[in-house]
Amino acid sequence: MTTNQISVEAGSVHYKARSLRRFLLLLAMAGALFLSFAIDLATGPANYPLSDVIATLLDPWSATDQLRVVIWDIRMPVALMALTVGAALSTAGAQMQTILANPLASPFTLGISAAAGFGAALALVLGVALLPAFVDFIIPLNAFIMAMGTALIIHFFSRLRGVTVETIVLLGIALVFTFNALLALLQYLASEQALAAVVFWTMGSLVKATWTKVAVTAVAVIIAIPLFTRQAWALTALRLGDAKAESFGVNVQGLRLRTMLIVSLLAAIPVSFVGTIGFIGLVGPHIARMLVGEDQRFFLPASILCGALILSATSVLSKLLIPGAILPIGVITALVGVPFFFSLIFASRRKSW
Amino acid sequence: MVTLRLEDIGTRYGKVQVVSGVTTPTIQPGTVTAVIGPNAAGKSSLFRRVAGLAQGGGVVDLGSHQSDRNTICYMPQDTGSTAVLSVYESVILAAKQGSSLRVRAEELARIDEILAALRIGDLAGRNLGELSGGQRQLVAIAQTLVRDPKILLMDEPTSALDLHRQMEVLSFMRDVAKGQNIIVLIAIHDLNHALQYCDQAMAIRDGRMVAFGPCSDVIDSDLLRDVYQVDGHVELNSLGHPHIVLRGPSDETNSRHNTAVGHNDLADTALAAQ
Repeated sequence: MTTNQISVEAGSVHYKARSLRRFLLLLAMAGALFLSFAIDLATGPANYPLSDVIATLLDPWSATDQLRVVIWDIRMPVALMALTVGAALSTAGAQMQTILANPLASPFTLGISAAAGFGAALALVLGVALLPAFVDFIIPLNAFIMAMGTALIIHFFSRLRGVTVETIVLLGIALVFTFNALLALLQYLASEQALAAVVFWTMGSLVKATWTKVAVTAVAVIIAIPLFTRQAWALTALRLGDAKAESFGVNVQGLRLRTMLIVSLLAAIPVSFVGTIGFIGLVGPHIARMLVGEDQRFFLPASILCGALILSATSVLSKLLIPGAILPIGVITALVGVPFFFSLIFASRRKSW
Repeated sequence: MVTLRLEDIGTRYGKVQVVSGVTTPTIQPGTVTAVIGPNAAGKSSLFRRVAGLAQGGGVVDLGSHQSDRNTICYMPQDTGSTAVLSVYESVILAAKQGSSLRVRAEELARIDEILAALRIGDLAGRNLGELSGGQRQLVAIAQTLVRDPKILLMDEPTSALDLHRQMEVLSFMRDVAKGQNIIVLIAIHDLNHALQYCDQAMAIRDGRMVAFGPCSDVIDSDLLRDVYQVDGHVELNSLGHPHIVLRGPSDETNSRHNTAVGHNDLADTALAAQ
């Protein structure tokens, strides 16, 4: 075999090996996620033997009423909410970073979370319902309308002629400051009780999860996945720059707008249910990128799994750190996640953006 | 078999008409056409219009050829990328746009072949961010060739390459044009390379085509003066090849005398003259 033949083989051989490694990594992440989900179900303020938990999961009606209610009605929605919210936020962040070509883009940094916080505070402090027909769901609906409205402002702004991706990120940061200022104003005006509620909401928490909220978030993720998968090659090509993607035949403007619209829903829905959980949407995609690169066929599932895994593991930690108490998950994600993220950045020798 | 004829082609950038009234004779397959002209003459805009990436008037006539998304491929100027993608993945991306997520064995074999032909097989596993400007340009050429274009519009494909690689790439592109019987248009600044490697030249100034024909007819002292604002002439060198001898910018009276144009020097001279 000549030297030339060796180098001819090297490219595809290396590519196939890398693809296999990535596939195995995805499987490992799915395994870790399943484990984390199981531990999440098994832990809580009340201690039950693992065998009882498994028996209740497999056959709910053979368990005691108390055990069944705790596992199926309390822990299960929270554990599933962690998975779906983590997946939704991480996917939203991944695609925001992709279409805006900016490593800082996430639902949090573009002002969507801050807008949701302000919407919730409007309900908690002033009792203002942005959609008066559904007063029962005043807090999540207010949060959703504000979050979606903000995402749409960014969406329509990005359609204007001459608006660059840098301008969009700057607009997002300006929106964060605006909504934080408005939130501070509401907090200043709030009663002591309302203030406590606002502060708790903005910390982010999974404990108010219900089956309905889980279902709505899951549906958003399930609808988004095939839409993004169909565009996997085009979305990956965007990362080579607009000119290059266009030259490959990608309708860059159209793709960016469609993606922004789906991402808006993916970001607004979970935030309106669980409050501000800032870390996942930013870091989930970065960890996924470090592990599998930016080929969307691997990057998208890796981002979904990473987000779900981080939030699920954090949910477990929030119950274990102070036995008997459940700490707000938004606080834990940042406190535990940031050092973990830094260790990954410094351990990784390859450039990850 | 594809042919290319432009008829009254124009395009705007915002409100500015950057290309207008470009009409060419029929360009035959198997030929390499140099598209020459100073910076901002409208070469890239013309390419984008021909490739369908920019709107505008006129007709791009492909003869009897039924066109698809890969018939006309445009290779933009290099801009670099921060993407966490390997060279190999970036070439797959170019090949797979609009098709299934699965990459077949024959597609991999084709990519291997192209990388080997460009002598960048050893870069396959490298991340794009780790490449030099010249290496990126070779990868861009691979990304274009993998789409099997019938008409290839290359925007300054040799600008970041060293002399050896410039000549290698131009010679390679000439072989590709002849071997695959395709039409190659190359925007190029080095007129000596145009004379040496291209069959014909199209000169552009201020968005208008000012000359089209065999390189030795188009590239002469009039073109140097009118399009590039430099004084010079073309003579045959010791190998019998046409070669440009420059006297300097045409608006300078005491310019340098009889400076032989080195590779890429002319572009610098033209720039300095503006």
